[in-house]
Amino acid sequence: MAELLLTRGRRSFDVRYLPGFTPLAAFCLVALYLPLILVIFFSFNAERSITVFSHFGLNWYEEAAQNTFVQNATWLSLKLAFFATLVATTCATMAGLATTRRKPFPGQSVVYGVINQPLMIPEIVTAVALLAFFGAIKQATNVYGFGYLLLAHIVFCIPFAYMPIRARLQDMDLTMEQAAADLYASPWKVFRRVTLPMMIPGIIAGAMLSFVISFDDVIISMLVAGPGETTLPVWMIGQLRRGLTPQINAVSTVLLVITFFVVWMVFVMTTRKR
Amino acid sequence: MAEIGQSPLRASTPIGIGAKAAIAAEKRELKTRWLLVSPAMVIIGLAGVLPLSIILFYSFMSPGPYAGVSFEPTLRAWVFLILEEDLFEETLGLNYAHISIFSRSIGLALGTTVLTLIVGFPTAYFIATRPLRQRNFWLFMISLPFWSNLLVRTFAIMMFIREQGFVNHVLLYLGVIDKPLSIMFTPTAVWIGLVYAYLPLMVMPLYASMEKLDFRLIEAAYDLYASRWKVLQKVIIPLVKPGIVAGSILVFIPSIGAYVTPKLLGGGKSLMLGNLISNQFGTSRDWPLGSALALFLMAMVMIALIVYVRNESGKSAHG
Amino acid sequence: MSRYFDFPDFPADQSSAHVSVPRNELTLICLLAITDCYKKQVKAARPNSACHRNRRINVGDGVAIEARDVSKIFGTSTDQEVWALDHVSVSIAQNEFFTLLGPSGCGKTTLLRLIAGFEHPTDGAILLEGEDISALPPFQRPVNTVFQNYALFPHMTVAQNIGFGLEMQGRPKDEVADTVGAMLSLVKMENLKDRRVDQISGGQQQRVALARALAPRPKVLLLDEPLSALDLKLRKEMQLELKRLQHETGITFIFVTHDQEEALTMSDRVAVMRDGEIHQIGSPQDIYNRPNNRFVADFIGESNFLEVQLLSRNGSTAKVRFANGTELDATLPSTDVTSGSITVIVRPEHARLTADRSAGHLQGVVNDAVYFGTDTHYYLTLDGGEEFVIRQQNQRGDRGKISSGTQVGVTINEDSIQVLAN
Repeated sequence: MAELLLTRGRRSFDVRYLPGFTPLAAFCLVALYLPLILVIFFSFNAERSITVFSHFGLNWYEEAAQNTFVQNATWLSLKLAFFATLVATTCATMAGLATTRRKPFPGQSVVYGVINQPLMIPEIVTAVALLAFFGAIKQATNVYGFGYLLLAHIVFCIPFAYMPIRARLQDMDLTMEQAAADLYASPWKVFRRVTLPMMIPGIIAGAMLSFVISFDDVIISMLVAGPGETTLPVWMIGQLRRGLTPQINAVSTVLLVITFFVVWMVFVMTTRKR
Repeated sequence: MAEIGQSPLRASTPIGIGAKAAIAAEKRELKTRWLLVSPAMVIIGLAGVLPLSIILFYSFMSPGPYAGVSFEPTLRAWVFLILEEDLFEETLGLNYAHISIFSRSIGLALGTTVLTLIVGFPTAYFIATRPLRQRNFWLFMISLPFWSNLLVRTFAIMMFIREQGFVNHVLLYLGVIDKPLSIMFTPTAVWIGLVYAYLPLMVMPLYASMEKLDFRLIEAAYDLYASRWKVLQKVIIPLVKPGIVAGSILVFIPSIGAYVTPKLLGGGKSLMLGNLISNQFGTSRDWPLGSALALFLMAMVMIALIVYVRNESGKSAHG
Repeated sequence: MSRYFDFPDFPADQSSAHVSVPRNELTLICLLAITDCYKKQVKAARPNSACHRNRRINVGDGVAIEARDVSKIFGTSTDQEVWALDHVSVSIAQNEFFTLLGPSGCGKTTLLRLIAGFEHPTDGAILLEGEDISALPPFQRPVNTVFQNYALFPHMTVAQNIGFGLEMQGRPKDEVADTVGAMLSLVKMENLKDRRVDQISGGQQQRVALARALAPRPKVLLLDEPLSALDLKLRKEMQLELKRLQHETGITFIFVTHDQEEALTMSDRVAVMRDGEIHQIGSPQDIYNRPNNRFVADFIGESNFLEVQLLSRNGSTAKVRFANGTELDATLPSTDVTSGSITVIVRPEHARLTADRSAGHLQGVVNDAVYFGTDTHYYLTLDGGEEFVIRQQNQRGDRGKISSGTQVGVTINEDSIQVLAN
């Protein structure tokens, strides 16, 4: 009995332990979240200060909500993100179906390269290239409008939508479709009754990611947008260079909450047990 | 199985209806698959690949009078990448402004890579050694800030490090310093901002390779008289090297092309390549030079990617 | 010797031939849907189930499935070609429990997938009740499969899984419901019908997979190592269950396994395969007692292989001389045997130790004796120098093992020496 107590009291050698690693990890997490928490905290400051917290108030949210610039920019951002997501997710779903679940077709590596191209090029390069390209088209055709910005967003949303969709399709058991075909389902019915329902989580994850990516984009929107096309992030960067008021904190907090919610949903959907 | 390699079946003519059906189905399927990838290919080809060839073309043209280009072929933009004209003596000299921006960009990108590695390695190791059920949670916690708006994150770090910011308040209160540090609008501020922005990109690939780490190997190393430091140096780091390389590339690429962070945190004296490029398309109105600079940046990123791909393929050759 | 069923074997005919089509089946078949060319044909191909229903057909009534000189080559370029099936011919009778047995990579699963329609033969034809179905896609074949991993649809309930095939055939709702009910009771799963498939155990998933494949009353049911994922006890249970289901439904079962015991206990006939060829087709007794060649003898059960001299032959029996000069009768295989030096096999349980070392017996010395509870294995060296194993059942009251070094005689049971084909 005494021996038993002794061994229990002694700590066993932990092979996974490395000195200093846990404090550094803790520091990393604190450093990641503390600035964001401060942003949220000062958004509730009643006074016009982001240094000293006087007392609680929601007036900066009210002000932001009544600001017509914010209203217009939010509306444009939402519209842009919605349509970009719709088109990008559709394209990505089709491409995902074609590039998985069968042995690669000749030229598939080229397809991969093209689809991932927007991820491999620095955003600023894509932005100036699109600026030059759209400028030339506008000059040649005299056609202006929302379409350019939308097209630019669709381009960089496709790879983000494609990644989770492809991952989902690769995880799915191939014999499911064989079983359905074996049970008299025509190819179209196999797709509608088996493949599509099973890949839905991937499609939703892809759509959400592309929505977040489009909604948050600054650089491309800033350079490609025509006159009057101010998205919310473009409005924000203008404000940040002018001076800091808790109104930006309020808008940032709303953005943070939306993003966190969407990413959490994606996370739940992609890690859920099949 | 003597037939392997000589293929007597191919020579004779009659093809079973099963084989015919298979050939037909395969042809049909190939067509359908190309049809399915075509929307994505067309969109990205049109608005992703084609614009790059436009700026390649522009980089060999002369600048237009107000903006844009005038179509007179010249190598001027590529020469002006690192040289500049002396207005009075009409001679060419090194463009020190550009060179300092290039070196600052590379330096900050490398510095960001190193610092994220120093902070990210223990963090990834911490996550990888959690019980299985907790790991996804920690990974989620690390990746969450990455998905939030870059502007919001940059704003957050601005609030954090500016003269009346949180860090200075705390340090003053603790008596570590007696007057506030002014790091805003210096390369240090940009460095901190980049590390803050891209840290998750380092942690995730590191975690991915540490997750596969076989801890029995570490036990074996301890059994064979290795100290903790030796285990880290001789066992863990070599085993997770692919993750280190992947993470470094993932951090280096967006860092060297950063635009928002240096614009907001760096001020006028800490410009990086991204800002220089956008200035050529904005206030400087020199599109050819801007195009050349953009392609120069792209080339650096491609080099980093090739290093990465080499590393990947070398790894699979061993495995 | 007992042959339950007398069936002509189909020796492989190595004549016709042609181009290889690698078709790594299943698929984005769904993608083809966009062309939508298959839709109309589905109805035409519906299996005519009425003629089967509740009729117990005697084996031998007719041929259900025939593979006629089928070859399947994977890989496109000549140097990468793999002959998964090499001119295989086999004929499977109505209502037969037929097993394809062989080591992994022998082509048994490929043959099954050719019958199901997931692969198309490079050459040769698959005939269902005399009709060539080689070109039909799987969803037009009245053949259903129980997959190795069951492949139950995770987004559907047990009942929805079972009803899927009927629904795809466009059967009326009440008929689907009735059949699903009947199937649920057939596999004793009524109380779990509304569960999701990930909420039931492996054995239960197995039953659902069976019910799902049986529900449309296919002409042939294909089973691809369906028991391999189950533990031993459940496996034994399911073996009996499968036999029962086959008996009750009267459907032809084609069963793929690498487990010789499973094959021997369940099948009416077994085809032993290796390297894309069928080595022997026969009843379990045939396969075990009268193996055609060394591979079959070695793969199924244990064997003593002995080199002997063929002295004379008389119909299906022959006189052979062993290395020590003993002359005994042996059974000849169906295929030709050259005279002179040949190989015979003796199963370890078909020989007994005896103290009698007179002529007419083999003689040897016991090297080792290992006690196994039900029986004891004796490892001998015969006087001719060959190794020989004897498995002898233990009786209460045995005086204990015969110790090593003992000089013994070996009596071989009558009709237990089998000559192998070269």
